[in-house]
Amino acid sequence: MSTLPSLILRTAVRWIAPLLLLFSLFLLVRGHHEPGGGFSGGLIASTGFALLTFGYDLVTARRLLRVHPSALVLAGVGLALASGAVPMLGGQPFLTGLWVTIPLTGEAALKLGTPLVFDVGVYLAVIGATLAMLFAFAEE
Amino acid sequence: MGLTLTLPLLLPLVAALLLFAVRTRRRASHALAVASATAALVASVVLLVVVLRDGIAVIAIGRWPAPYGIVLVADILSAAMVTVCALVTWATVVYATAWIDRSRESAGFFALVFVLLFGVNGAFLTGDLFNLYVWFEVMLMASFVLLVLGVERGQVEGGIKYVALNLLSSTLFLTATGILYGISGTLNFADLSRVLASADPRIVSVVAVLFAVAFGIKAGVFPLFFWLPASYHTPPVPVSALFAGLLTKVGVYALVRVFTLLFVHDPGWTHRILLSSAAATMLTGVLGALAQQDVRRILSFHIVSQIGYMVMGLALLTPLGLAASVFYIVHHIVVKTNLSLIGGLVERPGGTGSLARLGGLFRTRPWLGVLFLVPAFSLAGIPPLSGFVAKLLVIRAGLEAGAYLVTAVAIVVGLLTLLSMLKIWNEAFWKESTDRPVATDRLPLRLVLPTVVLATVTVALGVFAEPILRLAHQAAGQLLDPEAYRTAVLGTTAHAASAREG
Amino acid sequence: MELLFAIMVGTLYGCALYLLLRRSIVKLAIGLILLGNGANLLLFSSGGLVRGRPPLVPPDGTVVVPPAADPLPQALILTAIVISFGVLVFAVALIYRTHRALRTDDLDDLVATDRLGEVSEAAHRPIEPVAAGVDPRSDGR
Repeated sequence: MSTLPSLILRTAVRWIAPLLLLFSLFLLVRGHHEPGGGFSGGLIASTGFALLTFGYDLVTARRLLRVHPSALVLAGVGLALASGAVPMLGGQPFLTGLWVTIPLTGEAALKLGTPLVFDVGVYLAVIGATLAMLFAFAEE
Repeated sequence: MGLTLTLPLLLPLVAALLLFAVRTRRRASHALAVASATAALVASVVLLVVVLRDGIAVIAIGRWPAPYGIVLVADILSAAMVTVCALVTWATVVYATAWIDRSRESAGFFALVFVLLFGVNGAFLTGDLFNLYVWFEVMLMASFVLLVLGVERGQVEGGIKYVALNLLSSTLFLTATGILYGISGTLNFADLSRVLASADPRIVSVVAVLFAVAFGIKAGVFPLFFWLPASYHTPPVPVSALFAGLLTKVGVYALVRVFTLLFVHDPGWTHRILLSSAAATMLTGVLGALAQQDVRRILSFHIVSQIGYMVMGLALLTPLGLAASVFYIVHHIVVKTNLSLIGGLVERPGGTGSLARLGGLFRTRPWLGVLFLVPAFSLAGIPPLSGFVAKLLVIRAGLEAGAYLVTAVAIVVGLLTLLSMLKIWNEAFWKESTDRPVATDRLPLRLVLPTVVLATVTVALGVFAEPILRLAHQAAGQLLDPEAYRTAVLGTTAHAASAREG
Repeated sequence: MELLFAIMVGTLYGCALYLLLRRSIVKLAIGLILLGNGANLLLFSSGGLVRGRPPLVPPDGTVVVPPAADPLPQALILTAIVISFGVLVFAVALIYRTHRALRTDDLDDLVATDRLGEVSEAAHRPIEPVAAGVDPRSDGR
């Protein structure tokens, strides 16, 4: 795939890609209790890298990702699997949600649980899988 | 309980991840693959033992109670299927360590094998219709990549046909699921079987036929099998063997599941369609095989033909018929994988599977001939091998149910299968060698051992048929008693939910 | 509204099956895409279409008051879309490879493995260096 040498796209991507990555993290965390989550977050994040691939080139996108996409898939699925397996240590069925509540100042309290870890795993796996496909096509 | 039921799923997934991580290191991935396959086999045997001892095992994933959450259910049929599939996967993995080339390995061959097993086991163990669709797709994704890994021309051509028809089948499955959900408002098998009993039988029949077509494509029944002989002989031998053993049988399993649990409202109509299709499958498959001149293509057509016997047992819907089906599936998975693996050994000396160019193998490798005859005669149904018991059961069930025409077809097809096996024997083993130099190199143990193990299992299934038969009858008893399934799924999880409340 | 959906689903299925029956490989792929979309729409309408009634339990009750939108079909569609997306990317890659190697868009040309008798030698020839084979992305699924 030949890169389109578009100055407009290139300049825009410079600003948009970091914003997309940030937004993807927001979606990931927000998905804990509200619409959002690892899947949509992961797709947004890979859009950022897709834009980099089109605006710059494959080499730049690969360099900025730092790791191989398949490593991300591996880490993501591993993380999701681990979060599902943790409850099994306590004799619960696979994927049972375990929660801890961390009290913060005043009324506020932070509820953390294994579903969040699972979501992070999904996030990584989605980025990895999408980018693996994209990079493979971009190579042709 | 939870661990026993979840391990057959978790082990292959963990194995796939680890194997993908070490895919470029040959020794490590070989050792890991064999170790994981062994572990998966042990886990599934444990599951089978537990299910035989305690009855249907159920677990609600994430503690969401049925029918709202997803349940894993293992009755005897599921557990037996998981066990046999783990056995042939073990054999194929050992065989593959000596067969698969380095480039395919570093592309993740072994990881894909375990993703395939993950999907297959999931399909056997799930108690939820949509979840079954997801497992089918996991399995198909892995099989797509395995099929074209290496990108030979034949593989790509076979791959397109395989992918297109399987996608069509998946979409039909999804369509049928959607309509079923529209009728019943649930996707849990146990709940569905409860709701469908009082649904409008006409629309249920429509959905039943949609499912029959969707699973029929996967299982390779007449007239939906054409993708199978077009693609199964193209990939490397271990991949063919794995596909031959596992994939179509998942389709048959799905047929058995839905046509014993969900669609029993009008057996005179739905099961009659299955019965005619079974007869046609047996006949067209074996005739196709007789016309072929290449070892692996003959074997692919025999898969189709044998599927007919399993569907016939199901279509009769009698206790004996279902027991025959269960026994047949178990027997067939072992025998078919073994024949494909041995077919690879037959081809290996000359690198060709063409019968015209093979020959003289019995002079150079007499033991390979014996090894071939065990599964070949078993496939044809010669006593005392497993195929004899399996065919006898199917035929007896057919006679008892008064389905004389289909039974006659089954008997004739048995004879034709023998003819086709003897054709391979005569051409590859008995005929004097043609111009090719006679192969003298020793075959590595890793290629021979799996075939010997599977051949032993075949003999054992035939000689010690009694316990397996008892198991098949128990499985059939469970299949014909949907009430027990419903109680196991809806009862225990309701119990678990109330335990949580308290 | 359901009727409109039914007509749309029917049209999509019809177009898809027509395209699937063509000899062109590209049309085969487009047909599969349309078929997938049709199935997703069918799933969507399978739970009944309800507007503006989220399935929320009112503050003073314990059960959802019907009619309420059914969230399950939407979850199913999301799953189905993801799956069909992955499978279609694979199919497109496969078709692209085939086209580049064989220079044909005609399914009837894919007969290297179909001839009765022996499989031609061409069937076992890699269509390009094996090292650049199909990327193993899908084992992360």
